Amino acid sequence: MTTPIPTEKRPRPAGRGRLVLSRLLAARGAVVGAVLVLLLFALAFGGPYLTPWDYATPDFSALHQPPSAEHLFGTNGVGQDVFAQTVRGLQKSLVIGLLVALFSTLLASVVGACAGYFGGWTDRALMFLVDLLLVFPAFLVITIVSARLKSAGWIAFVLLLALFNWMITARVVRSMTISLREREFVRAARFMGVRPLRIISRHILPNVASFLIIDATIAVGGAVMSETALSYFGFGVKPPDVSLGTLLAAGTGDAPVFPWLFYFAAALLVLFVLAVNLIGDGLRDALDPTSGASPRRSPRRKRRP
Amino acid sequence: MLRYLAKRLSYYAVLLIAAVFLAYAISATALQPRTYFEAKVPRPSVSSVERQLTALNLNDRTPVVERFGHWAGGLLHGDLGRTIHDTPVTDDFGRRVWVSLRLLLLGSVLGMVLGVAVGAWSAVRQYRISDRLLTVLSFVLLSTPVFLVALFLKNGAIAAKDAAGHEVVPFTGYETPGLTGGLGAHLADWALHLLLPTISLALGGLATYSRYQRGTMLDVLGSDYLRTAEAKGLTRGRALLKHGLRTAVIPMSTMFAYSFLGIFTGAIFTETIFGWHGMGEWLIKSINEQDVNSVVAINLFTAAVVLASGFLADTLHAALDPRVRS
Repeated sequence: MTTPIPTEKRPRPAGRGRLVLSRLLAARGAVVGAVLVLLLFALAFGGPYLTPWDYATPDFSALHQPPSAEHLFGTNGVGQDVFAQTVRGLQKSLVIGLLVALFSTLLASVVGACAGYFGGWTDRALMFLVDLLLVFPAFLVITIVSARLKSAGWIAFVLLLALFNWMITARVVRSMTISLREREFVRAARFMGVRPLRIISRHILPNVASFLIIDATIAVGGAVMSETALSYFGFGVKPPDVSLGTLLAAGTGDAPVFPWLFYFAAALLVLFVLAVNLIGDGLRDALDPTSGASPRRSPRRKRRP
Repeated sequence: MLRYLAKRLSYYAVLLIAAVFLAYAISATALQPRTYFEAKVPRPSVSSVERQLTALNLNDRTPVVERFGHWAGGLLHGDLGRTIHDTPVTDDFGRRVWVSLRLLLLGSVLGMVLGVAVGAWSAVRQYRISDRLLTVLSFVLLSTPVFLVALFLKNGAIAAKDAAGHEVVPFTGYETPGLTGGLGAHLADWALHLLLPTISLALGGLATYSRYQRGTMLDVLGSDYLRTAEAKGLTRGRALLKHGLRTAVIPMSTMFAYSFLGIFTGAIFTETIFGWHGMGEWLIKSINEQDVNSVVAINLFTAAVVLASGFLADTLHAALDPRVRS
């Protein structure tokens, strides 16, 4: 890298970061989504301090009580505080969603970049693995194996979810890498004798970062949905641990009579995934210059009222 | 073109064999049929457990490869092995596959057709109130897991029943047991039972497809050939239908083919929640019963359907795009 020769003082042109941020702020959906996610995180981690009740301790003087000042979201059949439980479950679901998205994106970027960069048999073997895992219903394997992982707890569950969540992303990274491989700066690095793994980490991955960020954002929502679905059927987080999925499973039978056992958790789940999807959509518009939805590129777009 | 298709087909065959073997290996080692027999009351003797396990080809003391060989040998004669209750797996399979297919076909076709229609309509009316409403609605649907949609629908049906004093829409099972009457009555009964499960399956697909279709349709809307079509005298509507929608649907065809796994996973939840005795419910049941052979049979079914639809997509793609064939 050469340092640019300083000429006369000029106002700095807006950097890419500024540009992306300004585009993101212009997208109302993304801002709403970000605010919602922040609020939900605040609720998940600050919520336990808002109530004197613990998520597991029963209040025997209040069984099946509707929401009140004492119990914000009411109580369940054994007198546990639903607010404390929901907040705790939200916390667990959020952490699981984030970790799964992180791990699966890491795996996808490594496998995809290696397959695309090295080509040949590496590519063929890795793509066969991708196809193989895509033919497999992930749900099926997770349900079968999760029974054996009871003792390992929820971290094992996170790894399992991540293990079946990276294939499509890896395919996209691979095809992006194949076209990047022939670009001048990558060739130059190769001819200078830079090691392949260094080229991948220094030149390839930064150039697919936009895609990875968008994909990871959307993956958070998907992971939370899978987590709750699996936990609902008893294949994910297991009692006494609480997640939104176990809460929904516990509350669903009583939902017609005691709606607070079901609908608070359900609403928070939908709200969180919705917020994450809104951010992902906004990020796509802000980061991806080819997406037609970006405000300045689309001539079809009418002015907002 | 035939050579290209033959190549794809052989690749899929290898993939299918590998996937089935992997499924067998995972199910046979992770599930524990031995504990199922040992937990029976009165507790059977060790030798009798051993005998039953071996008879069902479930004995964990036999190497997995040997058990797989035995199972694969049976498969060549159309035998999927025996369930843990010592009945043929093919019996369950044959009965449940039709229950599921009814739901899967209807749910996915409805999701596709409505998704494409809604997406295209939404694109034509971009940024109007209706487009914005549909966008918000599809985002909410995309953010709601299928099992939650199914639970909402079921709770709604229960609430309607409590309010009306009798069942308004059925929410358990796929037919009224012991229903008398002619073919018409039976068909109406079936349709009514299909209503809620189908909606719960179709809504997810509808939301996904409509978003993508809106995107592809928007790309097409700005194209020159559409303007040309209008310039040569077609009305806007006819031009959109004949030239716009037709082109915009092509990129979606691959997506339809590969959506099967998602729909099947959705059906697992839908069937369990609405009490349908289909493949999805069977999966949950057989995993809980440590029924290895049934689990593998379901795996075989999904893998075969996925690869068949993948092959269909390849054929379609090759037929439409000559560049693929070379």
